[in-house]
Amino acid sequence: MNFEIPAFLPALPEMFVLGMACLILVIDVFLPDTRRDITYGLVQATLVVAAGLTLWLAGPETQITFHGTFVADPISDVLKLAVYLVSFLVFLYARPYLMERDIYKGEFYVLGLFGVLGMMVMISAHNFLTLYLGLELLALVSYALVAFWRDSARASEAAMKYFVLGALASGLLLYGLSMIYGMTGSLDIATVAAALQAADEGMNVPLVFGLVFVVVALAFKLGAVPFHMWVPDVYDGAPTAVTLFIATAPKIAGFALLMRLLVEGLGPLHGDWGDMLMVLAVLSLAVGNVIAIAQTSLKRMFAYSTIAHVGFLFMGILAGTETGYASAMFYIIVYALTAAGGFGMIILLSGRGFEADQLDDFRGLGQRSPWFAFMMLLLLFSMAGVPPTVGFFAKLAVIQAAIGAGHVWLGVYAVIFSIIGAFYYLRVVKLMFFDAPPIEEQPAINRGGAFATALSLNGLAVLFLGIFPGLLLTLTHYAVAG
Amino acid sequence: MFADWPILSLLIWLPILGGFLTLAAGRDAPDVAWRLGLAVAGATFLASLWLWIGFERGTPEMQFQEFTSWIAAFNVNYHLGVDGISMPLILLTTLTTVLVAIAARDSVKDRLAYYLAAFLIMQGLMIGMFSALDAVLFYVFFEAMLIPMFIVIGVWGGPRRVYATIKFFLYTFLGSVFMLIALIYMYLQSGSFAILDFHHLPLPMTAQILIFLAFLAAFAVKIPMFPVHTWLPDAHVEAPTGGSVILAAIMLKIGGYGFLRFSLPITPDAAAVLDVLMITLSLIAVVYIGLVALIQSDMKKLIAYSSIAHMGFVTLGFFIAFMIFRNTGDWDGASLGIAGGMVQMISHGFISAAMFLAVGVLYDRLHSRNIADYGGVVNTMPWFAAFFVLFAMANTGLPGTSGFVGEFMVILAAFRANFWLAFLAATTLILAAGYTLWLVKRVIFGEIGNDNVAGLKDLTPREFLVMGVLAFFVLLLGIWPAPLLDVMNATIDHLVAHIAQSKLPAL
Repeated sequence: MNFEIPAFLPALPEMFVLGMACLILVIDVFLPDTRRDITYGLVQATLVVAAGLTLWLAGPETQITFHGTFVADPISDVLKLAVYLVSFLVFLYARPYLMERDIYKGEFYVLGLFGVLGMMVMISAHNFLTLYLGLELLALVSYALVAFWRDSARASEAAMKYFVLGALASGLLLYGLSMIYGMTGSLDIATVAAALQAADEGMNVPLVFGLVFVVVALAFKLGAVPFHMWVPDVYDGAPTAVTLFIATAPKIAGFALLMRLLVEGLGPLHGDWGDMLMVLAVLSLAVGNVIAIAQTSLKRMFAYSTIAHVGFLFMGILAGTETGYASAMFYIIVYALTAAGGFGMIILLSGRGFEADQLDDFRGLGQRSPWFAFMMLLLLFSMAGVPPTVGFFAKLAVIQAAIGAGHVWLGVYAVIFSIIGAFYYLRVVKLMFFDAPPIEEQPAINRGGAFATALSLNGLAVLFLGIFPGLLLTLTHYAVAG
Repeated sequence: MFADWPILSLLIWLPILGGFLTLAAGRDAPDVAWRLGLAVAGATFLASLWLWIGFERGTPEMQFQEFTSWIAAFNVNYHLGVDGISMPLILLTTLTTVLVAIAARDSVKDRLAYYLAAFLIMQGLMIGMFSALDAVLFYVFFEAMLIPMFIVIGVWGGPRRVYATIKFFLYTFLGSVFMLIALIYMYLQSGSFAILDFHHLPLPMTAQILIFLAFLAAFAVKIPMFPVHTWLPDAHVEAPTGGSVILAAIMLKIGGYGFLRFSLPITPDAAAVLDVLMITLSLIAVVYIGLVALIQSDMKKLIAYSSIAHMGFVTLGFFIAFMIFRNTGDWDGASLGIAGGMVQMISHGFISAAMFLAVGVLYDRLHSRNIADYGGVVNTMPWFAAFFVLFAMANTGLPGTSGFVGEFMVILAAFRANFWLAFLAATTLILAAGYTLWLVKRVIFGEIGNDNVAGLKDLTPREFLVMGVLAFFVLLLGIWPAPLLDVMNATIDHLVAHIAQSKLPAL
């Protein structure tokens, strides 16, 4: 028997992150609570080095290794870099929040790092099993993180909901994949695609049957209507630092999931899943934007706004063109960056024993801290898609892709709901600038340090990328074109 | 020697950067903020004069062009340039901003640096919008402008400011997103976002009509036309003086500019089919809104409605062209209507700015916009009364003032199309005289209304300067409009020649 040694080099970032995560886990055990910064520093250093490794290995060619289960190509490089960047911000923003609640523990960071590893595996998967492996690693980390603040009953409740629904979705995904395996005889993404290409009409019914389960599972994981019910409860119930984590980088990995599974694997079935995504997109845009208006909690509002943003993501992908995939990728990276800033603002205003997660907590921010109010303004207008912020170009790219694919009505539909969406973002701007600060004492805003600097840079990046959107757009087009 | 300077970029970015500088330097020092803001506005105005001097008359070509690749993936370029339509509007913008900055010293007590910064940034964005030759660039400026205006009305506005500003934002946003869809559609047809390429893009009738309606949604809200005008009285009434001035003098002109830059040249066949609709809406604005203005008890609201009626004249002038061609078979009168609309836009920019500043002067003193709270102001403020009467006369279109020129040209053009149209349009002269002179009678003349009025002080030197400059331009444009017409003529003739050609694809 001939045992072939696979090429390890393309997976070097994954192996490095895995090794570091295990190492940090061990180191953290021996650290007293006062030295937790070492754990934090090591985790952040891991991300930086992993980014360096990914950059070093990045190239225009596609490398498939580990017997066809792992792929390193331009899209995986770009997505991984985006995941590192967003995760870096997330860990940075989470730190003061965890400290103020006496839950500044190693678990958060080690689990977070394993989550990053899960996302990396999803992004680089070239086999349905690898994909599932990465997804489950990320999902388990997320369940644990939501429950990680043991003293919070709301967090435990949210974790329970998240776990039950997430496990259900995983089951659906496996079931759907097994149907597809049954029809094509393979779990390898390239082989499945080739088999579907050659398939005759007779195979269609069971394939589409399996496809339905796959799409439903994806909709569950990404939180698209009508499989969105867990999103607001989990976002609201989880500690803000954890919401920050699950609301940002995993969305980028979710995009990778769609790309690998639907586009690369089940690409020949585009006619079928395109229609399914269209239904999901139409419903998500409507429900997300309309229900967000009724929210009084900022975290819940962001949750519903995420649902609407997922609708936009689907719009880009269902176009089924390279431009569509590139614009969806642009959209999700921009979204993750903007959402990280948005939740970062909640953490900025929170303090010991005080959660600034209600809309009213932003009242009068324009007077308390004009600078951060301006940052929040940029982030909100970016989410609403108003130029000159980058959110506008994200929406422009996606709508253009949809119209280019012949769905003019979908473009019109999306902009109409963007206007409805603009209302609730404007309401926050109104609270910040037009209303007086609340009478009761609020914690002082921490204006210095790495956290505030990073948050400012995050807000300015939204503006900078809006003035020079060409940089990121070219990158995503390059990544998708391969 | 200055020919190669990126003068348009300077006009866009100087006020934007200057605005942020004002914000940074003057947060706690209103005096510093005011001097700095005024210096930036003044420098921008002086720089913009170069456009007037260096502008080559007699050619419809885009001038002072700048071209840099911006977003290569979508073939979007940073392409600027001005012609005879946009150049006067840019000058109007820079001049008005200087006046707003001067007036702000007396009327804004709270957070002056932010106020000036908002107006300077808005100025840069408006100039960018007028000079953009790329559709995405245009759209970015067009939308970005909403953000500072939203803040200005919301922070410094009157009691119902939040309602007014959100209504303003959503109305304008609603209109413009349909335009975005139309722009994307044309990009996919032509492979470029260049506005001048759109002008030569053949489009079938159905597409033209849909695109025309999409543009109409954007620009009709901006102008605003009946029936989407309801945001304007709210926004005007609640906005601070400077906000009202910029809204009336410039933002409303964006809609008119959009018709000339987009609707007419891109979809001439659809415009020819739908011109009856446009003319009807314009006449409703002129007659019905004129009647509405008569019954207002709030000075700002009255002027706001009068603005809508006057802008109805602008759209009438633009769209009467097609009817003239249908009824007479030649395009001569068409230029007259479009030129009249343009003159009316510039003139209304001066007059409405002056009227809102005048109301601002009264409001700063008595904190009331109610007509009933005044009366006999002439006795205590003779200088102010003199200016107010002059601007009121200009508003009614008295010969010798700028208001007359545009209205006369449009009515003349309307005569070539149809006598009864001209008749209806001419009723504006009576209605405008009615509501404006009645306003003058109730506010300025008569016995001193109450003790507050008796205690009024006349104009400060600063206010006098602002009023004087506006009065100068109102009279200059009324007596000698030729320089302005010279600048515009070549462009408008070119435009008319362009819309005379059908853009339907050859079968």
